[in-house]
Amino acid sequence: MFSCMPSSIARTLPETQRDAVVEIEKLNLTFPAPDAPVHALSDIDLTIEAGDFVSFIGPSGCGKTTLMRVIADLETPTDGHISVNGMSPAEARLKRAYGYVFQAPALYPWRTVLKNVMLPLEIMGLSKQEQRSRAAKNLALVNLEGFEKKFPWQLSGGMQQRVSIARALAVEPDLLLMDEPFGALDEITRDHLNEQLLQLWDQTKKTVVFVTHSIPEAVFLSSKIVVMSPRPGKIIDIIDSGLPRDRTLDIRETPEFLEISHRVREGLRSGHSYDD
Amino acid sequence: MTDIGAGITPGLWHRLYSGKTFPVLTILLSILILWYAGAVYMNSDRLIDQYERNKTDWDMEILIEDAWSMERPILPAPQQIVVELIDTVLGKNITSKRSLVFHAWITLSSTLLGFAFGTILGIILAVGIVHVQTLDRSLMPWIIASQTIPILAIAPMIIVVLGHLGLTGLVPKAIISMYLCFFPITIGMVKGLRSPDILQLDLMKTYSASSSDVFWKLRIPASIPFLFTSLKVAVAISLVGAIVAELPTGAIQGLGARLLAGSYYGQTIQIWSALVVASFMGMFLVWAVSLAEKATLRQMGGQTA
Ligand SMILES: Nc1ncnc2c1ncn2[C@@H]1O[C@H](COP(=O)(O)OP(=O)(O)O)[C@@H](O)[C@H]1O
Ligand SMILES: [Mg+2]
Repeated sequence: MFSCMPSSIARTLPETQRDAVVEIEKLNLTFPAPDAPVHALSDIDLTIEAGDFVSFIGPSGCGKTTLMRVIADLETPTDGHISVNGMSPAEARLKRAYGYVFQAPALYPWRTVLKNVMLPLEIMGLSKQEQRSRAAKNLALVNLEGFEKKFPWQLSGGMQQRVSIARALAVEPDLLLMDEPFGALDEITRDHLNEQLLQLWDQTKKTVVFVTHSIPEAVFLSSKIVVMSPRPGKIIDIIDSGLPRDRTLDIRETPEFLEISHRVREGLRSGHSYDD
Repeated sequence: MTDIGAGITPGLWHRLYSGKTFPVLTILLSILILWYAGAVYMNSDRLIDQYERNKTDWDMEILIEDAWSMERPILPAPQQIVVELIDTVLGKNITSKRSLVFHAWITLSSTLLGFAFGTILGIILAVGIVHVQTLDRSLMPWIIASQTIPILAIAPMIIVVLGHLGLTGLVPKAIISMYLCFFPITIGMVKGLRSPDILQLDLMKTYSASSSDVFWKLRIPASIPFLFTSLKVAVAISLVGAIVAELPTGAIQGLGARLLAGSYYGQTIQIWSALVVASFMGMFLVWAVSLAEKATLRQMGGQTA
């Protein structure tokens, strides 16, 4: 159910490495500063397997973004080990192993919506026709048909963020890194996109790493929830959700859902009492 | 009918009064009044001398009339300049050396060539400075130093050296104009090419984009608004450069040559009309660049620097 590799290849790999997309061991990251260096990540141990939907949840400043950026090779750890698809994050990045949705839309203001979504496809050297059809398809997925010719400033913040999601999806990466992608959206759009994302994940067997502040969102989407706490940023609980892969929003009323939510909340609370 | 008229008139007055037209016209009127008064004041000494030498009777009215119609006044009256302009712009064959259009064209051509040179040089320097770290440190002090040397000191040297190399006419003047106008373009482009924020650059990194992709798809488009801001400054400066370049060459063609010849022979009216043409040319050039700027930025989604 988790494997998307041919079984012959999977069998030749050592048992522990099979299907591990991201492996992190004893990873630390300290941002240097002359007065007080920030210990952003402390002794992180985490394995993300192929097909996992992993959420990082925790208060602001606990290092969620930093951890995601380490996976994406946008930040270099101070010490510890990390591999992405069995390679160093730098090698994985050069092989375009992931798509990244930033916390802010990061659209280029001089490009129309369509051209923004086509940007990574241009860089990948796809044919113009392929660029257009992929961009159109993914804009439709985030309910933005008809906005192709608009410029970013003509869109609301939430719509801009949806463009940036379409842009990351258009790359069709096996690993999707999403940093609070739905933070700026209203509840209804958020629910809709949560369902879309879940469907996409279930159908394409992508691996998703997702940052959120919202407990229901984390529990609804994830197969694995990583609870983090700040100063120094560390993992305080990893919860494997037993919820089925194909879920609908109704699942939020079930006892299993509430039980997992409760455990996440407990984790967050214990993390907080450390310093407050 | 009257209703409509009454509806329009207050609207028109209101527009004149609250818009820019009214204040601009007021200032223009004040300048004209001061100018005519100034012309009488500046020119009266010589006129009175003349009256006394010739023992003519004169009164205030005659003095004013004469002061506004001297052949070589210290300060010509505005209408004298207008008459001269009409005569030399419209009244002469434009290929004639007495036509201001001819001289304006000479200056305009070296301005445009100098502006083109300056734009190319400015952009190349900026690209080098942004992409090659040693250039940033080694080139920038020289570029700044180049602008602290007065152009009037360098211009004759450039003319002599280039003349020795067989370059005369348009090119040396364009090079002097370039020397003046590349600087704001370099500064603006360096700023523009460095304007993308960390997030925009990180995005490129996640696509593992080549540096040429980063340059063409991010740095260049981001720099366009900065480029146009500098171009507007540079085009006005390149006109100054072209005029200055005509002075040490002893040129007999071009607006600068008209200024120089005018001051040799005390032809103040000629000086002033060359000046007026130069000002209009400057305004026209800046306006043309603004127009190109508006069209380009509209194409690019209406961003501003
Ligand atoms: N580039 C940086 N330089 C210095 N400190 C940073 C940098 N990026 C993040 N930090 C610090 O690291 C900590 C974790 O930040 P971040 O990963 O953004 O947290 P989160 O995404 O969970 O809100 C914070 O204390 C933040 O101030
Ligand atoms: Mg964050």
